[in-house]
Amino acid sequence: MAEPEVSPAAAGGGGRLRNAFGGVLCAFTLLLIGVVAFSIRLFSVIKYESVIHEFDPYFNFRVTQFLSKNGIYEFWNWFDDRTWYPLGRVIGGTVYPGLTLTAGTMWWLLNSLNIPLSVETVCVFTAPIFSANASWATYLLTKEAKGTGAGLMAAAILAMVPSYISRSVAGSYDNEAVAIFALIFTFYLYVKTLNTGSLFYATLNALSYFYMVCSWGGYTFIINLIPMHVLLCIVTGRYSSRLYIAYAPLVVLGTLLAALVPVVGFNAVMTSEHFASFLVFIILHVVALVYYIKGLLTPRLFKVAMTLVISVGLAVCFAVVAILVALVASSPTKGWSGRSLSLLDPTYASKYIPIIASVSEHQPPTWPSYFMDINVLAFLIPAGIISCFLPLSDASSFMVLYLVTAVYFSGVMVRLMLVLAPAACILSGIALSEVFSVLTRSIKLQLSKLFDDSPTSSGDSSPESSTNSTKNENRNEKHEIAPKEKTSKKNRKKEKEVAESVPVKPKKENRLLVLPFELSVMGILLLIVLGGFYVVHCVWAAAEAYSAPSIVLTSRSRDGLHVFDDFREAYAWLSHNTDVDDKVASWWDYGYQTTAMANRTVIVDNNTWNNTHIATVGTAMSSPEKAAWEIFNSLDVKYVLVVFGGLVGYPSDDINKFLWMVRIGGGVFPHIKEPDYLRDGQYRVDAQATPTMLNCLMYKLCYYRFVETDGKGFDRVRGYEIGKKHFKLTHFEEVFTTHHWMVRIYKLKPQKNRVRGKLKKLKASAKTSPTLAAGRKNPWQ
Amino acid sequence: MPRATSDAKLLIQSLGKAYAATPTNLKIIDLYVGFAVATALIQVAYMGLVGSFPFNSFLSGVLSCIGTAVLAVCLRIQVNKDNKEFKDLPPERAFADFVLCNLVLHLVIMNFLG
Repeated sequence: MAEPEVSPAAAGGGGRLRNAFGGVLCAFTLLLIGVVAFSIRLFSVIKYESVIHEFDPYFNFRVTQFLSKNGIYEFWNWFDDRTWYPLGRVIGGTVYPGLTLTAGTMWWLLNSLNIPLSVETVCVFTAPIFSANASWATYLLTKEAKGTGAGLMAAAILAMVPSYISRSVAGSYDNEAVAIFALIFTFYLYVKTLNTGSLFYATLNALSYFYMVCSWGGYTFIINLIPMHVLLCIVTGRYSSRLYIAYAPLVVLGTLLAALVPVVGFNAVMTSEHFASFLVFIILHVVALVYYIKGLLTPRLFKVAMTLVISVGLAVCFAVVAILVALVASSPTKGWSGRSLSLLDPTYASKYIPIIASVSEHQPPTWPSYFMDINVLAFLIPAGIISCFLPLSDASSFMVLYLVTAVYFSGVMVRLMLVLAPAACILSGIALSEVFSVLTRSIKLQLSKLFDDSPTSSGDSSPESSTNSTKNENRNEKHEIAPKEKTSKKNRKKEKEVAESVPVKPKKENRLLVLPFELSVMGILLLIVLGGFYVVHCVWAAAEAYSAPSIVLTSRSRDGLHVFDDFREAYAWLSHNTDVDDKVASWWDYGYQTTAMANRTVIVDNNTWNNTHIATVGTAMSSPEKAAWEIFNSLDVKYVLVVFGGLVGYPSDDINKFLWMVRIGGGVFPHIKEPDYLRDGQYRVDAQATPTMLNCLMYKLCYYRFVETDGKGFDRVRGYEIGKKHFKLTHFEEVFTTHHWMVRIYKLKPQKNRVRGKLKKLKASAKTSPTLAAGRKNPWQ
Repeated sequence: MPRATSDAKLLIQSLGKAYAATPTNLKIIDLYVGFAVATALIQVAYMGLVGSFPFNSFLSGVLSCIGTAVLAVCLRIQVNKDNKEFKDLPPERAFADFVLCNLVLHLVIMNFLG
């Protein structure tokens, strides 16, 4: 926020010059906002290194690498045989290609300009670049609704809102990074079309919607929110021909464009998520016809026509609705995908689809996470809603509707907090800008009264001047009052002249809005302090809370900083010490990383498209050793990878995720029962754990030889000693354990040769321990 | 009942009178819209008879017609002199927008046709 030094520029003479100054100042501020948005997201690179973060970004990175190496046509036809073994996955047809194509294009462009950046660098910095774009789009959107001042304010707030930072730090190369920009930009073009009624913007709107469909599954939010707004406008009697131009071409073009994206395809006309838009499309035509006929006829005749048209229109509507309902009812899930259903009914996922419920970002958020993610904006939003209602326009009603729906969705899934963030920023920007303009205007009026002795002239000129200069005030509202006072003094004379030329309208309400001088100064100061707190919180959140790449962990203790680089250690071991075609089994969380970093084939990964396959792995992990060995062997698995945090206290390890494996496995294979793993409804791995728990593969792979570390087997995540300390593995052998024991890799022992007669005895005496262990019957099979 | 029929007759008469007053260029657009909608209906009827097997072809055919009709309606709204909202929009600009939008629409349809 470095722009205050230019603020007295508003004192330049002449309206046109002032507008030019305003334009330059506005562009400069926007540039700075972009720089802030970009640089606040670089903490992760500075504090850690320039790496791809977390899980999904690794997949996107791998796809981008493939794209940049093999070109676009190969990409569309890419069948990936290194994941979901033995099924494979058609990547080109099941991925949202927007992000990959964007980064691939940027990489190609840079390379053709002889700027030799690696694909990884481009991927790491895609998210910060697009968050700068998103803040500019926010400016445009808010400007359409409430003017330049509110636009700048909202852009500045969005540039550093923690909720968005959490998804777009450098390295977090995920769909949301570009999708939020696309979302805001689509909304901007919709509102712009609504305000201008130009087909040109309607075309752009459809294309921007296409980009959004390419980027993120969240596009269904747009295709439901815009019809809702259209319906709202119709119901509140705000129908206009601009509304028709904004909506009708969008539906036709948007549906066609969405159907072009392979992952959406015919879903664009077949699933219930899109039906709302078609329904509103029909309603809009009926309404448009009614308005057209109303224009043709005299009011008396129109009443006659009304009954006719409405009855016919309603009949058509009912027929269409009946057809739609029949179509929808004929499909088993009522045409809704599981994720959408869990949005409408928050309890749906936990009841029916454990795989969706198991993901932590699909849980409902807690109250503190609202404060963490949107901070003071939560308190400014109501004020923003009020100021949206003061003169209610089509655009501002859209903002309010966007906010209300986003609040609901963020309450269902913590991940959708991201959709709420732009709405919160826009409304808070509007609120702050309104408050600042009221306060600065009253200061100005008070000052002019103080300095001006003739009451009549000041009374006439000042309301006028205030309306003239609100635009300029809005621009700088965030900063100090001092230049404001100076400008108002200087402007006073000039604005008197303006007041003479322009016919003065009596604006009594403006004079009524004047607050006492001290109060407004105090108000401005307090708001600046509030903004300061917000900025401090955002910087803290960006630096401390959201920058960890989660593949490199750090912890601070008395003896300095500890770095845990175990994940990359393990993946590097895999890529150097195993055969290229070996299959590695792990829980699905680590699938993307294994294929991307170790280049080994995995059984399941984060795409979770095949529940049965994941359930198979879950069953194997929760079965006793022999049964698990059989399952893994049937899947041609060579290595099993588990993540274990008990030694260093890393809480999101496989033991803590284990109950989900049991649930998902048990959902498909009923012989796995969750109560078998719980002692009195409690999940524990200490001495009181159930025997099923202590004998399952996951327990054994995690705690094998664990007692050798400290002699007691004290698990630092769970906070107690483990239940079964000394045991041997019969069907698996440990091949690698990383430095801090966070990743442990086991190899499946080969099947023993069948031996007969004397040889068997010889072998039994020579190799004592494994055969002994194998000979002992496992009671839990 | 006779009252209702006379009302309807009056209504149709005055509708026809009012419509007769519309300028010729708007009437041409109306004809175009009617033609597009009729084509769409024929395609839907054909789909009902034959089945929707190449679904993308059916979709692109119908949506092409509907899209053409919708865009023509938008053009009609914009060039209508009675419409106060678009007073400062020259008809040439409206037509250019219309052509652009149609271009995009039919490029997409050609791509989708399969």
